[in-house]
Amino acid sequence: MDANIIIKLKNVNFYYGENRALTDITMNYRKNKVTALIGPSGCGKSTLLRLLNRMNDLIDGTRVEGEILYEDKNIYSPDLDPVEIRRKIGMVFQKPNPFPKTIYNNIAYGPKLNRVGSANLDELVEQSLKQAVLWDEVKDILNQSAMNLSGGQQQRLCIARALAMKPDILLMDEPTSALDPISTAKIEELVEELKKVYTIIIVTHNMQQAARISDETAFFYLGNLIEYNKTEKIFTKPDVKQTEDYITGRFG
Amino acid sequence: MRDSQANIMKWRYFQQSLFFALFRAAALIITLALGGIVIYIIINGISAISWEFITKPPTHSMTKGGIMPAILGTIYLTVGAISIGLPLGVASAIYLTEYAKQGRMIRLIRVGINCLAGVPSVVFGLFGLAFFVILFKFGSSILAGSLTLGFLILPTIIGASEEALKAVPQTFREASLALGVSKWQTIYRIVLPNAMPGILTGSILGIGRAAGETAPIMFTTAAFFTSKLPSSIFDEVMALPYHIYVLATAGTNIEETRPIQYGTVLVLVALVLGINMVAILVRAYMRRNKRW
Amino acid sequence: MNRKTKEIFIKYIFFVFALVAIIVLAMIVFSLFREGLPIFRQVSVKDFLFGMEWYPTYDPPYFGIFPLIVGSFIVTIMATLIAVPLGVLAAIYISEIAPRVIKEILKSVIELLAGLPSVVLGFFGMVVIAPILQNVFDLPTGLNIVNASMILALMAIPTISSISEDALYAVPQEFKEASYALGATKFETIAKVILPAALSGVTTAVMLGMARAIGETMVVLMVAGGAAAIPESIFDSVRPMTASIAAEMGETPYRSLHYHALFATGMVLFFLTLTFNLIADHVSNKFKQTGSATL
Repeated sequence: MDANIIIKLKNVNFYYGENRALTDITMNYRKNKVTALIGPSGCGKSTLLRLLNRMNDLIDGTRVEGEILYEDKNIYSPDLDPVEIRRKIGMVFQKPNPFPKTIYNNIAYGPKLNRVGSANLDELVEQSLKQAVLWDEVKDILNQSAMNLSGGQQQRLCIARALAMKPDILLMDEPTSALDPISTAKIEELVEELKKVYTIIIVTHNMQQAARISDETAFFYLGNLIEYNKTEKIFTKPDVKQTEDYITGRFG
Repeated sequence: MRDSQANIMKWRYFQQSLFFALFRAAALIITLALGGIVIYIIINGISAISWEFITKPPTHSMTKGGIMPAILGTIYLTVGAISIGLPLGVASAIYLTEYAKQGRMIRLIRVGINCLAGVPSVVFGLFGLAFFVILFKFGSSILAGSLTLGFLILPTIIGASEEALKAVPQTFREASLALGVSKWQTIYRIVLPNAMPGILTGSILGIGRAAGETAPIMFTTAAFFTSKLPSSIFDEVMALPYHIYVLATAGTNIEETRPIQYGTVLVLVALVLGINMVAILVRAYMRRNKRW
Repeated sequence: MNRKTKEIFIKYIFFVFALVAIIVLAMIVFSLFREGLPIFRQVSVKDFLFGMEWYPTYDPPYFGIFPLIVGSFIVTIMATLIAVPLGVLAAIYISEIAPRVIKEILKSVIELLAGLPSVVLGFFGMVVIAPILQNVFDLPTGLNIVNASMILALMAIPTISSISEDALYAVPQEFKEASYALGATKFETIAKVILPAALSGVTTAVMLGMARAIGETMVVLMVAGGAAAIPESIFDSVRPMTASIAAEMGETPYRSLHYHALFATGMVLFFLTLTFNLIADHVSNKFKQTGSATL
């Protein structure tokens, strides 16, 4: 396996009950790159993202075919534990979803459960919050409820919370769709910084965002991977007509 | 490092299976308790049940014979309670869901309903005694007992009716109003008919409660023993729950009448659980076949 | 009458109906006060509430309901200790773990348990539990605190379990997803996220369950044994307030002192359960304002 490739999908099909949501997806994600998944609503991009850390397991009646290889192991093989996978592959959701706990305890939640860095929990919390560029705003109110933060701050808290687990990969499911433009800009800057350390896969409905922050872009339509290439290439001269139509806003 | 991680995972899953077993055990204990009680009552009561038991009055100072007057009395009381509780409860729910706007008055009404739901049944009995039996001079009678039980089940019926009314889609109301139909006509012709099945099944649970209550009728209706059937709503009646209490605690020969006690308990349980079961099944059926 | 006035008229009619619950509550308070207050012309409030002797038919009679209050509380607290773990744990199982079919069955079971008449449960306690207790622990009678608490717990479980389950179910899916995405196991998610988020709902459930237990009559009347004294062990008999009212009201002359004393006991009981219900109401209102709505 190419050393630069961190996740490899081979002929992945995914079903909600009888409905096929993803058809025969084969693609590789590169290490320390930002990959954007774009496409119209219902194209399967979020479903695909949630496949990568087995979040779809939580939904009844779903079924996966094909292989998703991470560190040369199929993450859907029965002897692999989804809990361990989620420890290494973090996730940030569409709507900020802090726990109704203090800021500190939100960050400490994952590490405490996994007994990671328990010796230096304070340090880990500080480091994670700094990585998410939230530290300066919250360092004096770590013991206040995370629910009191603004939407943008909550989302950065959720990012910090995911980073505290020291994951390899960060999955982001439309992380700015519920935020104002200023908070969005902050998160985008943050993604730029984070890709030095992490591999980031981000779902977005915002084409400009994909163009701004990603290195590679994959376009999905009706559960099919239509085109996957360098972002620059996709946004300047896509190979497929459908991609061009979508990017130029002719449908969507 | 890798090894200790694996051990931690092992411990976390051990912890999980331990607690899950505990959760399962709790659910199992509750199920077994209910199942045990019902089965015990059926096994011990079934031999007492016969056509005579259900259709004949007690004889030999209640040590022999049937329990027909008590069955009849419970039916009278239940019908009486529902004919008081249902109209009041539905009307109250209509105001709360269709007319009321959020505000202090509504908040107060809701707190009132919650508090009424929490009033102990024996306090309802005292209330019925002081108010209907004595103040209104109804005496110990079907009327006094029905009123007491009717008010007792009022919160249940209001709750069920509100839920059913809220389940009627807003679009139905809007469609009707947009056709120039008045609000009351909309409620009467569109909302109520659609909510009725839900109101009725929810209210059946109230009926079950009215049939099974003892304390509220002890001082307001229930006769220790009468051989004649009531001729008006101002007569006392026997009732199944009170009959059980009397036979089990104050009968002339408690041990000898055990079979009759078990039989009476079985009849009451069959009546109440039968009513509830119908409500649960109908509700499940309706949820499955809901068109909106 | 034109259409508009008619509509307004109809609205006000329904408003009057909506007041029925409050009117009934007022009538209850009125009748309790009217029949209960006269006792305090003879007995001081302090002697009534804290008097240790309840001998209403002696000459002279004693009307101290403290042993009855203690009786009510002790069976309620013990029933709560049994019912809360069972009810809450079962609620967790039903809401978070059980497969759908088992979930539906369990919900029906609990609903049926809620529907069992209290006189039936009391009867069961008398004829089944009492002899067992009597034999196993070699007691003079099996009609005692333990027996009453067990049966009362059965009565409180459906309330506690079904309201807790609603509260657990209402915890936003986002919290669960966030927890799983951080590598938490299902149990850890339940224990550290779902249960804390549902805590006020579960508290409401417990308060309402306790209110139900303290107001329950037939069970304690039939199985608590009826001794109006402060118990020394959990195998002693007690006479909770509800049992006292139900047992004695039938035999007391109209408007005698004893009659008034029983109504006054009803007042105490009413205000106790009212307190429980108002606390539950308050907690559940606070509970509505948390959750994802605070975003």
